[in-house]
Amino acid sequence: MNNTPVKHAAAPSVAALELHDLHKRFGRVRAVNGIDLTVEPGEIVAFLGPNGAGKTTTIDMMLGLSTPTAGDVTVFGFKPVDAVARGLVAAVMQTGGLLKDLTVGETVKLTSTLFVDTRPVDEVLQRAGILDIADRRVGKCSGGQQQRLRFAMALLSDPALLVLDEPTTGMDVEGRRDFWSAIREDTQRGRTVMFATHYLEEADAYADRIVLIRQGEVVADGTASEIKELSSGRTVRATLPGADPARLLTLPGVDGVEIRGDTILIRASESDSVARYLLTETNARDLEITARNLEEAFIALTSSDAPEAATKPAQHAESIRSAR
Amino acid sequence: MSAQPVVMPDLNRRVPPLGGFNVTFVRLEIRRLLRNRRTMIFTLIMPVAFYFLFGYSSRGDTVGSANAATYIMVNLATYGAMVATMAGAAMVSVERAQGWSRQLRLTPLRPAAYMATKIVTAMTLGGMSVAIQFIVGAATGRHLGLDKWILCGLAAWLCAFVFAAMGLFLGYLLPSENAMQVMGPILAVLALLGGLFVPLSVWGHTFREIARLTPAYGVGEIARAPLHAEHFDWAAVPNILIWGALFSLGAALLFRRDTKRV
Repeated sequence: MNNTPVKHAAAPSVAALELHDLHKRFGRVRAVNGIDLTVEPGEIVAFLGPNGAGKTTTIDMMLGLSTPTAGDVTVFGFKPVDAVARGLVAAVMQTGGLLKDLTVGETVKLTSTLFVDTRPVDEVLQRAGILDIADRRVGKCSGGQQQRLRFAMALLSDPALLVLDEPTTGMDVEGRRDFWSAIREDTQRGRTVMFATHYLEEADAYADRIVLIRQGEVVADGTASEIKELSSGRTVRATLPGADPARLLTLPGVDGVEIRGDTILIRASESDSVARYLLTETNARDLEITARNLEEAFIALTSSDAPEAATKPAQHAESIRSAR
Repeated sequence: MSAQPVVMPDLNRRVPPLGGFNVTFVRLEIRRLLRNRRTMIFTLIMPVAFYFLFGYSSRGDTVGSANAATYIMVNLATYGAMVATMAGAAMVSVERAQGWSRQLRLTPLRPAAYMATKIVTAMTLGGMSVAIQFIVGAATGRHLGLDKWILCGLAAWLCAFVFAAMGLFLGYLLPSENAMQVMGPILAVLALLGGLFVPLSVWGHTFREIARLTPAYGVGEIARAPLHAEHFDWAAVPNILIWGALFSLGAALLFRRDTKRV
């Protein structure tokens, strides 16, 4: 490897990725509405958000595929286009097309001619798990194999930042696991990874940090457990025949009540007082209190009727970042 | 994770010269073109087949002061160069439709270097088409002085740049996986109007005057000039200059729009 990583004793001086007050408007649609984000070298960041939240638009700007309406993006201190030209950033995009008339191996070889320094073609094919189908025409490859091919191409320049837009789409369970173990290996050697996904388990399992966006703004930013805490509140579940939902809703700190036959599910920020009420004032039994999982946190934070998390995004993001 | 030492990657990396334009890439592109059976048939085989069908059989006749078979050979070499350069340049259209040009934006290849690669690839294929036609002609008894072989060949090849530009222009205009299916018939009509299939003298005055303004006319007239210089129509020179400039300008404008939008 030509590029021997330099170890710094102190914190690195340049961020892997820096988005500053980033905006992108398409006509009257504000796809990205003021995103500030700093990713340090070596971090694995999941970019999470519902469809249309602005994930792909933001990623396009990180890669120089589109120009911000306002604000700026730097990748290791470079403009995105220059970072791409140096092979510092590579990406696996959903939209990147492949030529059907080339073989898998030829596609990687052709791409490798465009960089100054590259890893060997066979090595990246091996890493992406497609060395055995190097002679297969791209048009005959499955969606998962094509996705691995895009991954192999992204590995060619040994990028310092790897950006992945829904990287495991079309891969089976085993393929997904292999993919992530390959990614993990590299991050241990200092590669920064930013991935957009709608698989929450994936974000939970593989990211050091999760950035949640909604309507083009960051609504939460922290570790998976911090995000779970953010959408504070727990679910109290109990068996209570003939429960009166209207009465339960008047309890302090209750956000929602759901009745399923004899079972009641109460979402509440003050779960203790709800439990106390149920156990002392009613005939409720089999009482359980559970914390929300990441998926519930995700829905709570990104749904259109999301509470203060949506109205005070900056404060949330800041408080969590400073807690780290 | 915060316990891990931070490994700072080496940021001193080189940028490829010429925006990523390189010979290996061009060679792979040409191989790709040649592997396409349809491209092979239409650019390299069909013009030669036409020569055997319509040219070789009229080797006893003359057109003006030139041997008819030689005249037809030069016309068909011009036609082959037209189809080949256009097919090469029109790959832009297919690659945009398949999203490949977007994928290439994730590499150091600058858009202008991509366009240059397409032009060089297209012109190389055009040169191959002319060379094959001339080799077959020489092998089947066409006689020309060495200077005329070279002049005719160079003229047919270089003037076909007009069609490389037209291919790029249409390639950026119509992103389609089947661009050549649209362009093939257009080229056949242009070749007919340009007098590459039959001399324009077989037609009436009005039709001839219109045909003289079409882009293939200039290319053919210049390519044939070494055969019978006394008949040369000087209108051919502004013809290729104006068409060449128009298509290049159109391609450049669409290219810029495309680069901004991707």
